Amino acid sequence: MDISFSVNGEITYLQVEPRRTLADALREDCGLTGTHLGCEHGVCGACTVLVDGEPARACLMFAVQADGTSVTTIEGLEGTDGQLHPLQEAFVAHHGLQCGFCTPGMLMSALHLLDTDPDADRETIRDEMSGNICRCTGYQGIVDAIEAASSAMKQH
Amino acid sequence: MKCAPFDYVCANSVEEVVKVLGEADGDGKILAGGQSLVPVLALRMARPSVLVDVNRVPGMGRIRPVEGAVEVGALVRHSQLVEQTHHPLLAEAARWIGHTAIRTRGTTGGSIAHADPSAELPVVAVGVGASATVAGPTGERTVAADELFVSALVTSLDDDEMIVGVRFPLPTRWGFAEFSRRHGDFALVTAVVAEVDGRVRITLGGVAAVPQRALAAEQVLADEGTAHDAARAAAAEIDPTADLHGSAPFRRAIAGEMVRRALVRAGIE
Repeated sequence: MDISFSVNGEITYLQVEPRRTLADALREDCGLTGTHLGCEHGVCGACTVLVDGEPARACLMFAVQADGTSVTTIEGLEGTDGQLHPLQEAFVAHHGLQCGFCTPGMLMSALHLLDTDPDADRETIRDEMSGNICRCTGYQGIVDAIEAASSAMKQH
Repeated sequence: MKCAPFDYVCANSVEEVVKVLGEADGDGKILAGGQSLVPVLALRMARPSVLVDVNRVPGMGRIRPVEGAVEVGALVRHSQLVEQTHHPLLAEAARWIGHTAIRTRGTTGGSIAHADPSAELPVVAVGVGASATVAGPTGERTVAADELFVSALVTSLDDDEMIVGVRFPLPTRWGFAEFSRRHGDFALVTAVVAEVDGRVRITLGGVAAVPQRALAAEQVLADEGTAHDAARAAAAEIDPTADLHGSAPFRRAIAGEMVRRALVRAGIE
């Protein structure tokens, strides 16, 4: 099937099989391998992207369903000059990652959280990030990073 | 894993959905939010030949307060239920469904039609005495929630029928309590207390194949018993099965405690 959607602001035309997930379309057809696939059935959150500004698990959406939408992936997070997003900076500074596999999903969930609730406290951050699983960090650094990014983003 | 191949139809009307489902002759599935269906497909526990995407069918995404109830369109997302203020019990229950990225996609009609024994909305539906409007080849019919859920993941809907909306009566008092291992996990036990038409209804999820009314516990309250007594009655009248998440006695104990908490939250002590 022919679909067209915006990926990180760029209009993209694809021909996909109906069973192709949005995650596979992004990775295999668009070459955007930043979106990671962990469990492929909606549990781990590694493939979280924003669809029309709302977080969604890209493994639980078929690419055909993204027709006409606007998708933001981890590749859309840094500035055009390659400058890291404050969230990315904070993850680096606060040890918010070790192996990095869950990080793209973590960042996209955190981005939506700080967009909708810039004053989120630690408890809210833990609640909202509970849909993203990390097997390395123990989450402490991730919560620290998001809290720090929240203050940094407010100063900008 | 990847899904097995299927034909995809993006429907523009309820009539089209019903027609495609009819032509699929039992081998079609409705794709709404996809938060339960797509994992089932990915794990190849089902391989329908046709998926009918209903996300672009107009008119089913609204929440409408009416006299004594709230009408929720089948395509209303869980995140919309959390945000709305017309039905506080629905808002509270929806907060417990999965995680943000699941609530933005998952739908009311989908959750009810999927009939997962541990899902929140079916318990609320039975708890307040909700009714679903169902469209089929001969038009619409109304199905009461307690006639909708037949068994785990099984409803009384025909293969070519679709839920288009659900009417949730507004309780005068209510309480909600849920126990799960981790935030956002499937519930081990959910308890809904709802006072509707002067009667306090107690409904449990996760203790049987379908949401179960705790009728003995309700009778305890009707006889002016305490929340504590009603909780004990509820724990005694259910027959939960054991699985790797909890033994039967554990579930029984948790169910009693969830009933007590939900009653206290409803202001019934």
